[in-house]
Amino acid sequence: MIAQASFLILLTIAGFLAWKRFRFVRRNILIGRDTPITGNAKDRWKTMLLVALGQGKMFSRPLAAVMHLFIYVGFVIINIEVIEILIDGIFGTHRILSFMGGLYDVLIGSFEILALLVIVACVVFLARRNVLHLLRFRQRELEGWPRTDANVILIIEILLMSAFLTMNAADGLLQMSGHVHYHDAGSFPVSRFVMPGLDGLSEGALVAVERFCWWFHIAGILAFIVYLTYSKHLHIILAFPNTWYSKLEPAGTFTNLDSVTREVKLMLDPQANPPSAAPASDTPQRFGARDVFDLSWVQLMNAYSCTECGRCTSECPANQTGKLLSPRKIMMDTRDRLEEVGACMDQHGGVWQDDGKSLLRDYITEEELWACTTCNACTQACPVNINPMEIIVDLRRYLIMEESKSPESITSMFNNIENNGAPWAMSPAERGSWAVG
Amino acid sequence: MEFKVRTMAECMAAGETPEILFWVGCAGSFDDRARKITKAVARILHHCGVSFAILGQEETCTGDPAKRAGNEFLFQMMAMQNIQVLEGYQVKKIVTACPHCFNTLKNEYPGLGGHYEVVHHTQLINSLIQDGKLSVAGGESFRGKRITFHDPCYLGRGNNVYEAPREVLVKLDAELVEMKRCRSNGLCCGAGGAQMFKEAEKGNKEVNIERTEDALEVKPHFIATGCPFCNTMMTDGVKHFEKEGEIQVKDIAELIAEAAEL
Repeated sequence: MIAQASFLILLTIAGFLAWKRFRFVRRNILIGRDTPITGNAKDRWKTMLLVALGQGKMFSRPLAAVMHLFIYVGFVIINIEVIEILIDGIFGTHRILSFMGGLYDVLIGSFEILALLVIVACVVFLARRNVLHLLRFRQRELEGWPRTDANVILIIEILLMSAFLTMNAADGLLQMSGHVHYHDAGSFPVSRFVMPGLDGLSEGALVAVERFCWWFHIAGILAFIVYLTYSKHLHIILAFPNTWYSKLEPAGTFTNLDSVTREVKLMLDPQANPPSAAPASDTPQRFGARDVFDLSWVQLMNAYSCTECGRCTSECPANQTGKLLSPRKIMMDTRDRLEEVGACMDQHGGVWQDDGKSLLRDYITEEELWACTTCNACTQACPVNINPMEIIVDLRRYLIMEESKSPESITSMFNNIENNGAPWAMSPAERGSWAVG
Repeated sequence: MEFKVRTMAECMAAGETPEILFWVGCAGSFDDRARKITKAVARILHHCGVSFAILGQEETCTGDPAKRAGNEFLFQMMAMQNIQVLEGYQVKKIVTACPHCFNTLKNEYPGLGGHYEVVHHTQLINSLIQDGKLSVAGGESFRGKRITFHDPCYLGRGNNVYEAPREVLVKLDAELVEMKRCRSNGLCCGAGGAQMFKEAEKGNKEVNIERTEDALEVKPHFIATGCPFCNTMMTDGVKHFEKEGEIQVKDIAELIAEAAEL
């Protein structure tokens, strides 16, 4: 009875904390501007199934993809076990699903194999991050918390899986000893190799081990759910909506700003009403983006979906040639600024009060922005269809259209286009001369 | 040129409507090196009897570099003026040898009212060959030569055109060798996003040098390009390594024109 009550209290606390954080993240994402969602739903479902569910883009790097697949499948499948744990925890039963008989044995057996694969993958990933010195796990934006975050996630996963296997080993031994509470259920293809480690323990000690691991496993999972809302690990949830809402147009297509279209039409058409005649509701938003408020909510969701794998940065031509730009840092900066803005809003009863900072300059420098070649290598590389390039261009738009600030040579390129219709100082009359000469 | 390249204005005056507009682009019009590509395209079109014309003085920048640099005003100004001109000539189909013009005309003009069928010159050349209108036998032979193709970002990743340029190149009877980074994985030449018009930010290498190294690895006789800006960047890269004696950087249109003896 006490166990059941404790379990319910634990569940409630975890549920409350997770709900609070999810609400915070959701509110932060919705700070972003509204954006038209084009294309048909069928294509969007297809993208989500291929990219998020099917992990289609992971496989450009096969080793990481296979290891990730172990963890992904392990996570999804082993969660069936969590259903049983929840029922057992609430009703004080033990292995309630074992009535399924042979099927249950197959399930538990496959969970065990997956648990082992998850442990293997996590160990490989820890080695890649901490021993092998892969460049993309060594870059400056990962210093501090992001590196710790990655290691914490991997270690938690190893601990959870180890607890699961140890629990089964103890359970199996108790079943063999004929303990009244531990009826025959499940198969133990992996944990049987853990059993010798528990050999010689008294029945009471085995029950203690089994119970400890059971509690550790479920408490760990609940804590992890709360933790992931503070962590890059949020991608396990947001990868799905993020791919669903990702761009369907060819990657080369940049959006045309409607607010600009209206003004350009007024400029070009002498017949049009003067700007003063425009209704007040048409007051244009800021052109481009200076802070997270100026980005779309999809771009902000992108930022929360990023798991900092760094494939974008490792494919970025600017980054590869030693420039400051790192597309991953663009996404991490956007998220960090958004978290800061969200926290600030919470301090002021949900209302934004200017803190004197902005995404542009306090987080992302002009030097980073101007290094981008808009080549789409980052968007191609992202396993969950995040688009760092769009944020870069939106920040450039602010620099140009609100501050008229650009490298000198870019300014003369603009002037040339405006004055002679070409980015160079060439006479329009010369345009057709290749055909004559 | 050994034949007259007509402008849309001339065609209109003669009461004719050309089937296709050849959008030359700024590089193709003004850059000495790119003009050779432009001429090769014009020769191919002329040779195949394609009814085409150019805008001549009426063509202006599509606005691509302005847009990528963040100047949406200037982009839309250019776009709307161009759309007016194109509307005046009732243009339905456009071919261009510049992937930046290609992308902008095809993907960004429709939202502003300009709807055309836009093809990249490698796509048009490919269909001319497939239709039997263009044969590459006769001129310079590329037998035994190694050719590698550098994917332009705005043709490849930007618009998923990977096969047309390659299908054309294999017709040359040369050996098509792929760089380790190719197709959707191809590395940028460093010119896109208005980089062509400015100094690179501080770093430890130029992007075009990094890309040229990829090309040198496969020991090609030719680096084939499909973009005038890539062509400039790769040519500079080859010069940097003092390999201009062994490796030529050529647009696919030029290679085809040579093979077809145009």
